[in-house]
Order: sequence, then C-alpha cells, then structure tokens
Amino acid sequence: MKERLELLKTEALKALAETSDAGHLNELRVKYLGKKGALTEILRGMGGLSAEERPVIGQVGNEVRAAIEAVIEEKQSYFQRQETEARLAAEKVDVTLPGRLLKQGSVHPLNQVIQEIEDIFIGMGYRVAEGPEVETDYYNFEALNLPKNHPARDMQDSFYLTEDLLMRTQTSPVQVRTMEAMKGDVPVKVICPGRVFRRDDDDATHSFQFHQIEGLVVGKRIRMSDLKGTLLEFTRKMFGQDTQIRLRPSFFPFTEPSVEVDVTCVKCSGHGCRVCKQSGWLEILGSGMVHPRVLEMSGYDPEEYSGFAFGMGVERIAMLKYGVDDIRYFFNNDLRFLQQFARV
Amino acid sequence: MKVSTEWLSDYISLDEVNIKELAERITRSGIEIDSVENRNQGVTGVVVGFVKSKEKHPDADKLNICTVDAGQEEDLQIVCGAKNVDAGQKVPVALVGAKLPGGLAIKKAKLRGVLSQGMICSAKELGMNDKLLPKELQEGILVLPEDTTVGTPITTLLGLDDQVLDFDLTPNRSDCLSMLGAAYEVGAILGRDVQLPQPNQELTESSQQAKELIKVHIDAPELCSHYAVRYISGVKIGTSPLWMQNRLMAAGIRPINNIVDITNYVMLEYGQPLHAFDADRIRGGVLGVREAKAGEKLVTLDGQERSLEAGALFIVDGEDRPVALAGVMGGQDTEVTEQTVNIVLESAKFDGGTVRKTSRTLGLRSEASQRFEKEVDPQAVIPALDRAAALMSAHAGGSVSEGIVEVVQGLPQQLVIELSLQKVNDYLGTDISLTEAKGIFDRLHFETTEMQGALKVQIPTRRGDITRDVDLIEEVARLYGYDQIPTTMIEGETTAGGYTKPQRLRRSLRSLLVHGGWQEVMGYSFIREGASASFPRLVEEEQEIHLAMPMSEDRSVLRGSLLPGMMEIAAYNRNRKQDNLALFEFGTVFLSHEEKLTQQPHEFSVLGLLLTGERTEKRWNVAAEKVDFFDLKGALESLFAYLGLEEHVSYEADQPKGFHPGRSASIYLNGPEGKQKLGSLGQLHPELQREQDLDDTYVAELLLEPLFHDAGEAVAYRELPRYPAMQRDIAVVVDDEVEAGALIAAIHETGGEWLESVQVFDVFTGAKLGEGKKSVALSLVYRDKERTLTDEEVTTVHNQVVDRLSQTFAAELRK
Repeated sequence: MKERLELLKTEALKALAETSDAGHLNELRVKYLGKKGALTEILRGMGGLSAEERPVIGQVGNEVRAAIEAVIEEKQSYFQRQETEARLAAEKVDVTLPGRLLKQGSVHPLNQVIQEIEDIFIGMGYRVAEGPEVETDYYNFEALNLPKNHPARDMQDSFYLTEDLLMRTQTSPVQVRTMEAMKGDVPVKVICPGRVFRRDDDDATHSFQFHQIEGLVVGKRIRMSDLKGTLLEFTRKMFGQDTQIRLRPSFFPFTEPSVEVDVTCVKCSGHGCRVCKQSGWLEILGSGMVHPRVLEMSGYDPEEYSGFAFGMGVERIAMLKYGVDDIRYFFNNDLRFLQQFARV
Repeated sequence: MKVSTEWLSDYISLDEVNIKELAERITRSGIEIDSVENRNQGVTGVVVGFVKSKEKHPDADKLNICTVDAGQEEDLQIVCGAKNVDAGQKVPVALVGAKLPGGLAIKKAKLRGVLSQGMICSAKELGMNDKLLPKELQEGILVLPEDTTVGTPITTLLGLDDQVLDFDLTPNRSDCLSMLGAAYEVGAILGRDVQLPQPNQELTESSQQAKELIKVHIDAPELCSHYAVRYISGVKIGTSPLWMQNRLMAAGIRPINNIVDITNYVMLEYGQPLHAFDADRIRGGVLGVREAKAGEKLVTLDGQERSLEAGALFIVDGEDRPVALAGVMGGQDTEVTEQTVNIVLESAKFDGGTVRKTSRTLGLRSEASQRFEKEVDPQAVIPALDRAAALMSAHAGGSVSEGIVEVVQGLPQQLVIELSLQKVNDYLGTDISLTEAKGIFDRLHFETTEMQGALKVQIPTRRGDITRDVDLIEEVARLYGYDQIPTTMIEGETTAGGYTKPQRLRRSLRSLLVHGGWQEVMGYSFIREGASASFPRLVEEEQEIHLAMPMSEDRSVLRGSLLPGMMEIAAYNRNRKQDNLALFEFGTVFLSHEEKLTQQPHEFSVLGLLLTGERTEKRWNVAAEKVDFFDLKGALESLFAYLGLEEHVSYEADQPKGFHPGRSASIYLNGPEGKQKLGSLGQLHPELQREQDLDDTYVAELLLEPLFHDAGEAVAYRELPRYPAMQRDIAVVVDDEVEAGALIAAIHETGGEWLESVQVFDVFTGAKLGEGKKSVALSLVYRDKERTLTDEEVTTVHNQVVDRLSQTFAAELRK
C-alpha cells in the first residue's frame, strides 16, 4: 500500500509538472485529491490494515496529500499571476492621448484686474461703492470743482444725452455721492470701480468706453503722507514688494495738491526698457488731497476734515500687467484673446 | 508752450545750467517738459558769405558760378543751382568740411567740369522747419539781411544754438503761456532772480496826443474789464529783425512782417495777446467793445465770413461796424497790410468764458483765444502794450503818440492769503519750518509777511490759479519736493472693508459660471438704434435712450438689453472660426419711462448668457453634440440653486419676442413680494439668427436686483436621512401638449410628505405611441424621516399618484 501511495505521488507530481493551464490543474486536483480521487481510492483500503500499520500508512497518505497540494497551490498562484499579467497587458492605454478636460471659461481680464485691486483695498479696510453711469452735469463736473466754462472741461469731451445729462467721464461722481450719503460721517473709505466714457476715436490706446477705479478717504487729519503710504502699500501688493513710487505735481480740479504717481516699470524694474520709454517709471495713478471746495459741496467742513483721492485706469493697468498692446482687444471679445486669461 | 532757452536767458541767468537736467527739474516740480529740442539739427562750418559776382556755367543752363567772400583768405568759387542767387547778396555758405543736417558733408567737387569750393544753402538745407519760414524763404537759397557780417557763423545768426523746452501745461498753469511766466517758474526752481523788460523806460512818445486820434468805449462791461490802445503813426511795413524771427520760429510761430511779428513776440513774452489795426481803416476814429447780435457777420483775416451767436464779443468802429472778433481774430478789412502807415494797437482783458465759447462755436482757435480763455494777467495789459509800442518804434520806424487811451472797469485787487504753518504740516505730513516756507515763496517772487506761526502771502495777479490756502500748500509741496514728504499710514480707527451683498453675489456667480465653462465678455454700452427692440423689454413700457451726438450710427443709443451686443460678439467670433461659444456678461442696461429724458434713466444690473455650437468639441473619445435649450436652462437652474432660489423660479412658455416661439420661456421669481418677471431664455428666433449670420443660438437675459434681493444668506444644515428610501419608476403616455412641469407639480401634490423627489429620466415620442402623444418616464423617491416605510404604504400612495395622473392628464401607464 505504501508503494501504491508513493507511486501515486510520483505520477501526480509528474502530471502536475506537465500541466500548463488552470483548467487542467483543476482536473488534476479532482483526479488525485477529489472525493472520488485516486488518493481517497487508495486510502479506502486502510480498513484492511493492521492496527500497527494503519497510522504509518495514514501518515504516508497525509504526506502524499500535502506534497500534491503544495504543488497545486504553487501552480495555482503561478497561473493567477500569469492571468493578471495578461489582463494588465491587454488593458494598457496610450497615456499620451489627451484626457477629457474640465470646461473652463475665464473672468474677463479687466474684471480680473478690478477684482485684484478690490481685494487689496478691501484688505486695507475699504468698501466698494458704485454709482450710475448716466450722470448729471452737477455730479460729473460741478460738484468736482469744474464749473461750466472751466478750462479743464477741455480735457474731457463727453457724451451728452441732454443739456444736463451725460455719460460719466470719470468715476469721481461716485465719491461725491458717497460723501453725500455718509452725511458728514467719518471715516469715508471707499473705492469706486466702474465704466466711464469719453469722446475719443478708438485706436490702439484709446477707447470711447473704459474703466476706472478711484479711491477716497476722508477723515480727521488725513495727510498727503498717508496718501503716499497707502499708494506705496497698494502698488507693492499689486506689482511686487520691490516696487517704488514717485510723485509728480499735476493738476486735477478736484484735488489740491494734485500729483501723478509713477511706479517703477513692471517690465524692467526701473532699469529702463521699451515699455517705460527708458525712463524706468510708469505713470499709473492720478491722485491728490481732496479739494476743499469738493468737501464743502459734499457736506464736509474742510477746516475740520481732510481727505485724499486717487484714480487709475483699469485698461492701462491690464495692458501693462499682461503686455497687451491694443486696448480694442478688451471689447472685441475674441475668444482666442479672452481664453488666454483662463489660468492663474 | 515752446520755451527757447536762448530767449529765456534774457530774463534769467541760465549760466552753468544743464538744459536736460533743468527740464527734469521743471517736470518734477510741476510742469511736464515734453521734449527738449535742439534747434541746430547738425549744422557746422556754415558762415555768412557775400556773393561778389555771378556768371553762367558754360556747360549747364541751370547752374551759376559764383565768386563768394566768406571771410576766408581767398574768395571761393561756388557752383550754385538756385534760381534766386545773385551778386550782392549775403548768403549762408557751407565751407569745405562743413556738415549739414542729415549728415551731409561738404567737399571740394567739380560740377560739370567746374570746381566748387562749398555750397550756398537754403533754409531747409540748414534744417529749418519750412512751415515756419516766411513764404519768400521757402524757395531757393536763404538770402540774409544786407547788414550781416561776412564770416559770422550761421548758427549764431539764425539762433540755432538754442534748446527749446516744450512745456506741457495743465489748464491751471496758463501763467506759463508766456516767457515771463516760464522765467518765474524756472527762477523758483533754480532760486535765481528774474529781470523784467522795462517797456516804459524804452518808450519815447511823440507830442501828438493819442486821445485826439482814437477814442474807445466798452458797452459790455461784464465781458471786458480793460480795453487799452496806443496810436503809432508812420510805420514802415517790412521784415522784423532776424533775432525776433528766430525767437518766433523757436516758439513755433511763422514770421509775417514787423508789425504782426511784434504783436506775436509780445504776446509770447507777456502772455497778453495784442491786436494791430490799420488805423486808417477804422471809421470814425472810435473803437468800442460790445456784444454781437445773433447772426451778425464779420470777415475775419483768414478770409472766412463768420456768423456770430448772440453773446459773442465784437470790437466795432465809430459806425458800429464790427472790425474784430474780440480775443479770437481780427477782421480782414482793418488788417495791417503792406500799405499800412498808421496803427491802433489794442491790449485788453476779455472774459475768458466768452472767448472760449465763441472760439468753440466757430471752431476757431488762435494763440490769442487760447490765452484769453484761461484768463490773462490783468496787470500785463499795459506793460505789454507799452512793450509792443516801443518795439514798433524801434523796428518799424513808427512814432508812438502820447498816452494810452483806455477804459478800465476796476483794477485787479491783489489777493492776500494767510497760511498757517500748522496747516501746511498737518496737510502734508511734513515738518517744514516757517523759514523754509518763506524761502519757497521768496523763490516764487510771492511777497510774504511773517506772523506768529503763519505767513501772509501776496499772490501776484499772474498766478490767477491760486485762490486759497491749499493752493499755497501745493506751491510749498511741489518746490519742497514730493520725495521729501514722508510715507505714513492713516491713523485713527480701523474700518472693516468689504462688498455689499449684490457685489459679493455677482462675483460668486461670475466664478460659478467660469468654472462651469462659461466665458465672461464685456460689450459696448452703446448700440445701434432699435437693436434692443428685437427683444422683450426687461421692464415693460420703458424706452431706449439716445445720445445727443453719437460718434456713429452703430453706437447711437444706450443699450436697453445685453443681447444685441452679445450677438455681435458671437458673430465676431464665428467669423474667426470660433463656433462653440458659451458667453456671459454682467452689465448695465439703460431704460427710461420718459419719452423725452429729463432725469437720470433707470440703470439695471443684468446678466446675459449666450450659448451656441457644440457642447464639447469632438475629440478622439468624445462625440460632438450640439447644445440645446436645456444646456442653457440647466445653467440657469444651477445658478438659481446656488442662490438658494430654485424653488422660487418658474418658467412660462409665453413666446417672448425675438425668440423661437416653441423653444423659449419667460422666467419668473416668486418672492415674498409676489411674482416678478426676471427675464427670458430660449433659442433666438431663426429670422434673427439669419440676420446675424448665427447658427442655432440660445440666449438668456435676467434682472439681477430681485434675484440678489431674495437670494439666501446663510446655509442651514439639514439632518441626513436615517431611514432607507424606496424608489418607484413610472412611464406615462400623455398628449404632447402636457408639460412635464405640470406632471411633476401634480405628483408632488398627491405624493404628500413621503414623496422626497421626482426626476424625469426619459421623454420620447414615436409612431408606437400614436399621433400627438409622448411618453414621460419619472423616477419617484419615497421616504419618511422617522421610520422605514413598508412596501404596502408606498404602493398605496404611489397608486394614488398614478390615478391622479390618469384623471388630470388622461395619462396612460405604460407597462
């Protein structure tokens, strides 16, 4: 019997060694180890053995079963590995093919600039104020110290609707409206973004409609040095920590003193280049101390309160920031242009 | 204002001043210098020569051989092709070795076999702007005055050794529309003294009394505060001295004749425009100032007949005949001509606003009107008059009659402003001392009196822009230097910044749309008349608004809708092969209830959407599919859900104007204040699409204000369901006309509290269903918050729902 068992083991191991697929392996398991398999068949004859022989043969039987099982298991896991590998090979994709994109538009570049400026000033404690685009002559001019026949009206040829109504030429009327609404309360601290209109023929640097952002602060003892500090902080946040500013005297009817503010060129950091015409400086802001006439007309006593105001052109900043050389791109809305701004 | 530094140094020493650096300093202290122009465009080695003889070239008809004394050891032989060259002339001679503008170098040369030792030059060859040359000098060689010295460098003679500063003046600094004003400004910057001309010392008067020859009167005292004339007899019209011509040309003014040149010269010097009349053409020996009557006419000296509006200012003669347009331009009839012998010279102060209005109405701007518009210095009227009279006596041989004939309506008061030092420093954030401040006013030639902690400052009349203490603070600041002002932050209470609710929501929606694949655009606020009439008015009964003077027909009215502009943008992109568009715009539209505008129109904040082309571009693994109504509607639904208003918005297929009648709806908001129309959505009417050359295009336009008003504020957490839901799907066949919305509403009504949600998951039509029928498949989810529902309970309710559908809509349940 022992010999039969050994013989079975030899035969089974040989058959297993020769098998090369999972199905056949299973058949062999049934053939040798199944309930009606060869091993069971042999061991069934154990009943005819003596009490001494039985455990000996039993142990041999177990050894034979273990040996066959071990090989089967090993084969089985080998076949499984093979099968997995085959499947993986079959499922391979060309990773260089493009994926399915998220759909992504962009905020209009002018609004991106406006939002960025708003964020900076909101962080500095400013509210955002808006006002009508159709203004009265009073708010657009007179309340800003530009009486009728004032020579500075030369600088702003306007779109009138009637004798008294016009498309605002600046966002400054919002400042006046804000002060009026505050009814003498301080501090006033707002920025006013918005669309403005001037009778300019459209070309690469002019557009009859464009956008401005103005700021206004009114309070007790607001100084020109505060204006300088505020604008330095703003320009550094907007254009980088190394930005310097330079104030040049200028003239606006609604501020006194009035200054133009230059920043170190965003392209060359002040070394001189084509963008800054070799000067190292770019003019980007107009500003000044609020004219006492303007304060008076808006209900603030200039002997008690003072303030500063500043303004900038959104298109100009966008053009500098993005290197855009024609203002008309902003309003043609060519998708090939706008989509360039769909990224950080 | 072009300021010749050669001329400027008559009034202020420019010794050891680098002009480029000066220009930078002027810019930094208030007046931008646009350019520094060197009048010498590259001329060297050109001197004055005398043409001793002229002979014809033997081999060339058009050439002459000249013998020229140019102050060299020997006379030069020069071949010259100019028609006007002649013996006896003084001319500019470019010697061998000379250089001319453009880099031309003069060498010895043979012209048709004849040696030429140099070149006789024209004004143009010397780099002079021929627009500014007197007419007779524009052709041929430049013939110089007889009294010029042979051998003199031409650059000296023509004033080419001069750098010209171009002052770009802001409207308040009209004081610098004069050389003297420029001198005061430069003096303040350099801290140097200003030497004024002394016309009353230069002037010699004859014994003839001017008042016997001319009388003046002002009949418009509001518009002319001072009118003064002098009488100059026996003038000889000719050319003005070369130095004067040079300076006029440096200032950009063309020399004409001695009289005109002198009036221009003095205008440039003092900023006070002058006018010279031919005294013998003035009738009645009288000049008066009066307002024009509407339609009155005058031929101005440019030959144009001008018809005046009432309120313009005329100068009239003794017969009340207009002879000049005050402050703007003289009349042709009394103009100074070659034959003029006697002159009435006018100097006056006309009202700036009146001159400005007249010059604008007529489209006639002159050097004079530009200065009057901005109010001339009232104290310059007489010195300028005297100065010009003295020059006419010196350079036109005139005899100046004794006395000034004038009417003065009150002399200008000198303004005195008290300036507190404390205020200066509080205003600027500086620590300037009284001595420093006083020093600045000294440099400006403003007289000051020191007081305790303050200065009394006398404002010269030439600085009409200074009217209150802040104006003086500006003078201090600009000369002290803005670089010296410290950098500080606002003191006092801090403020909380931020957006208003509508501003915040608009920004959030912008973000939402962008991340959903929509592109933001910005259209023009002006559109073609009637363009917005294609669409439903956002607010009933309101009108579009016209510009008074549009720049073009396409931009003649304020947009009453964003849609025409967005369609224009879509067409623009489609013409550039950008066919798949998902565009949105947040913008203002303008409408008014008034037929004729008398007050500000209504401005509405509006959102526009436009969708056309394919949902996604065709790619290797994505099929191209055209967008449809439901892409647009879905975007809006997402937006309303984002605002927490999805349950308050309804859609009604009421065929809004401009839209495809079967694929469009009006949108309503059912808020606490009742039902309100928000706008419309749908496919553009095919006719409109065709007009604009657009493919199937879906648009929507919404009023934002009511949406933002009702939008939810804070998110409130709801407990997650603890018990399982039960889903039942049904498909019903109904008439095509039955709206899904109605089915859903009925299901909700009948389903009661257990019905958690209803979704349409399939809709189709087909021959199998029969004509005019459609199948709608719906998925219903039932759930109770407190316990698990039994199958029987759900079946009961569900059957009621099915019954309701069959009763209300004659719906047949599909098996």
